[in-house]
Amino acid sequence: MGESMFVQGNEACARGALYANLRFFAGYPITPSTEIAESLAELLPTVGGKFVQMEDEISSMCAICGASLAGLKVMTATSGPGFSLKQEAIGYAVMAEIPCVIVDAQRGGPSTGLPTEVSQGDVMQARWGAHGDHSIIALTASSVQDVFEITVEAFNMAETLRTPVVLLLDAEICHMRERLTIPDPGELHVVERLYTEVKPGVAYHPYLPREDGRLPISNFGDGHRFNVTGLHHDIWGFPTQNPDSIEYLNRHLYDKIENRTNSLARWKEYYLDDADIVLISYGSAARSALQHVFDRRLRGERLGLLELQTIWPFPADLVRKKTAHARRVIVAEMNMGQLCSQVKTAVEHPERVFLANRIDGRLITPENIARCIRLIDGRGF
Amino acid sequence: MINRILLSGSGGQGVITMAILLAQAACLYEGHNAIQSQSYGPEARGGATRSDVIISDEPIYYPKVQHPNILVALTNEASAKYLKFIRPNGIFLFDSDLVQPSTKMDADYVGFPMYKPVMERFGKPQALNICVLGALLELTHVTSFDSIRQCLKARFRPAFHQANEDALHLGQDLAASWKGTHRLG
Amino acid sequence: MSIHRLIRPRFFPHIWCPGCGHGIILNGLLHAVDEMGLEQNKLCMVSGIGCSSRISGYVDFHSMHTLHGRALAFATGLKLARPEVQVFVPMGDGDATAIGGNHFIHACRRNIDLVAIVMNNRIYGMTGGQFSPESGQGTMATTAPYGNIDPTFDVVKLAMGAGATFVARTTAFHVKEIVSIIKKATMHKGFSVVEILSQCPTYFGRKNKYGGPVEMLKWYRDNTAPIGSPKLKDNPGLIERGIFVDREMPEYCEEYDKLIARVRSRS
Repeated sequence: MGESMFVQGNEACARGALYANLRFFAGYPITPSTEIAESLAELLPTVGGKFVQMEDEISSMCAICGASLAGLKVMTATSGPGFSLKQEAIGYAVMAEIPCVIVDAQRGGPSTGLPTEVSQGDVMQARWGAHGDHSIIALTASSVQDVFEITVEAFNMAETLRTPVVLLLDAEICHMRERLTIPDPGELHVVERLYTEVKPGVAYHPYLPREDGRLPISNFGDGHRFNVTGLHHDIWGFPTQNPDSIEYLNRHLYDKIENRTNSLARWKEYYLDDADIVLISYGSAARSALQHVFDRRLRGERLGLLELQTIWPFPADLVRKKTAHARRVIVAEMNMGQLCSQVKTAVEHPERVFLANRIDGRLITPENIARCIRLIDGRGF
Repeated sequence: MINRILLSGSGGQGVITMAILLAQAACLYEGHNAIQSQSYGPEARGGATRSDVIISDEPIYYPKVQHPNILVALTNEASAKYLKFIRPNGIFLFDSDLVQPSTKMDADYVGFPMYKPVMERFGKPQALNICVLGALLELTHVTSFDSIRQCLKARFRPAFHQANEDALHLGQDLAASWKGTHRLG
Repeated sequence: MSIHRLIRPRFFPHIWCPGCGHGIILNGLLHAVDEMGLEQNKLCMVSGIGCSSRISGYVDFHSMHTLHGRALAFATGLKLARPEVQVFVPMGDGDATAIGGNHFIHACRRNIDLVAIVMNNRIYGMTGGQFSPESGQGTMATTAPYGNIDPTFDVVKLAMGAGATFVARTTAFHVKEIVSIIKKATMHKGFSVVEILSQCPTYFGRKNKYGGPVEMLKWYRDNTAPIGSPKLKDNPGLIERGIFVDREMPEYCEEYDKLIARVRSRS
């Protein structure tokens, strides 16, 4: 284990990205994500990387796509309104299969909402913010150390599958400070980009995936000149309206992620073995859920927590298995039930699934969760 | 051991910096678990600010302080808002020129002027938070002075080191002489 | 012809209408690149959306066909990540000055070494003939059925005002000028803007009774004049052609490299 520091979640994200060999960041100031940009403005040049503050959120997302195609690991960071603005270019990255990481430090919405207060209202936007059928990966974290590690995971998944990965943090996690211990080099696995083995100058199909769904790349400026487009395209990257090509690409973009749902699942679990009430939560809400579980275990109550770090693709099998013996499943989140709706579709008994939420810009408390459970159990509020 | 510390005041008073220093000292130099979080309005200066610090030897899950055993308030507004949540036998530290506590709680009320001595000594209010920190450490010993000194040196440029040291001492002295006239607990 | 090595036959026939000026611009660009003898693997083209944007598919460069208005933003990331590549950024008039206006002015301000080519045919062609910021008051378009009341942007003045360090204008009629100006823009270190007035006989010409492509090209011949020419002196109302700005200023990627060197020498 390396150096310890006492930092915000945002700085842990920046340092995790550097551990994963981030070399290009483009961004625009927005609370509560700004410290990621500030950290990287300071740190990236020290490793020969580049930070650029663009004219807006849209251009930041576009710039990282350009830099990624030139061979660099890239990231941008934003929050609610900026995340909305980036969606068109996120869709482009999905379509053109450009590896990139997008941090969304969730704050209260809709619209400008609550710039300095927490929310988890962007769960569905992370999944469906870009138009059209597609799949995407979204990850969460509930501690400063986890932010670091999950950021490395985000890069690994983005590089492995050539896809945008949304790091769905929240204002609470981004701004809280805790101990961060930087892992030594090599301690965490770092995936590097998969390059084509086709020799320069020899015809290369830039959009012909391997059997395993992975798509080897060649950098702009290197020996293979190919076309990248947001239009439906064939294996050469040429625009096409051929129904077979369109269906092939749609299925490829969807399947390369959805077929890996189980292997992409990252989670933490606490006291699930004998739990008759299973809480499901993520991000900062998971801390309150865990506090509640911990407090109630002291009283002999059989509560457990499943903290989902991968929320997209939604790990339905995992949720079904982990809640199979639960009398109640309580989803604790700071929105109107965006993940709860997914849990309901995943479990055997959706009637046993309840939402414990808070949507007033404050971190949900263990008491909030306790009261919801009391009410559900018919013991009043 | 668990200390739940709530530091409150208005934007620009250095409340958040004070919280960071405290938590950082406990975490990096004393091997405890510590977490610091904050809430604030859109203003960089003015507006209500609070920062929560939990220092514990157990894992810390819920990061907020609902019932502090140590409360610091640097404005009347903050005192009115948070004093009612203080734990029995808690310590309430405030600047008696700035804050007139209205609620009577089962806690030790430790009030003496800090802003005024800081202005007399330094001619500007920037050192207030370090002075308060000095007083807080003298009263509670949540971390050692040495740990805080290390944090201060890491966080500020050398040009500020002496002023910080002086402010820390000022707070320590103010709290020590207060202790001489009042009995805690 | 040697410029054939610079195109992708697979992409042809192109989608442009007969008589469209965009093919002339492509031709001029290919000749410019060919004459400069640039290494093909270092050539990149980043385009946006619209008729103009399809140009990136036709060239055998590293090519990125991106989003409407965003080409310069993608290109900025690409260039910063790999400063040794030569990046051409062709855009339509709506692409560059309407939806992409913000990126356009900031790319000018940043002075990053890109060659922006505004293929200005004064209309949204791909969507069927709507007015653009370049159409001009009084022109007709499908979204201006009673005549356009929108004032125009002057692309050259816009680029100059925003700080571009190379600004030029020519037309699809002036084929050789296209080649020479693109060569100069490419050799210029910094952000270059080349406005090329192009004809859209299908929509702009038809809607505004300009006649066919030949008449539209003649219009450009007759209604433009080189900067400082006697023709312009006698007819100050004509559209000026030529190089308006060509000045030295620190280039963004070079400045960034200096910044990195400065930071790294400290540690």
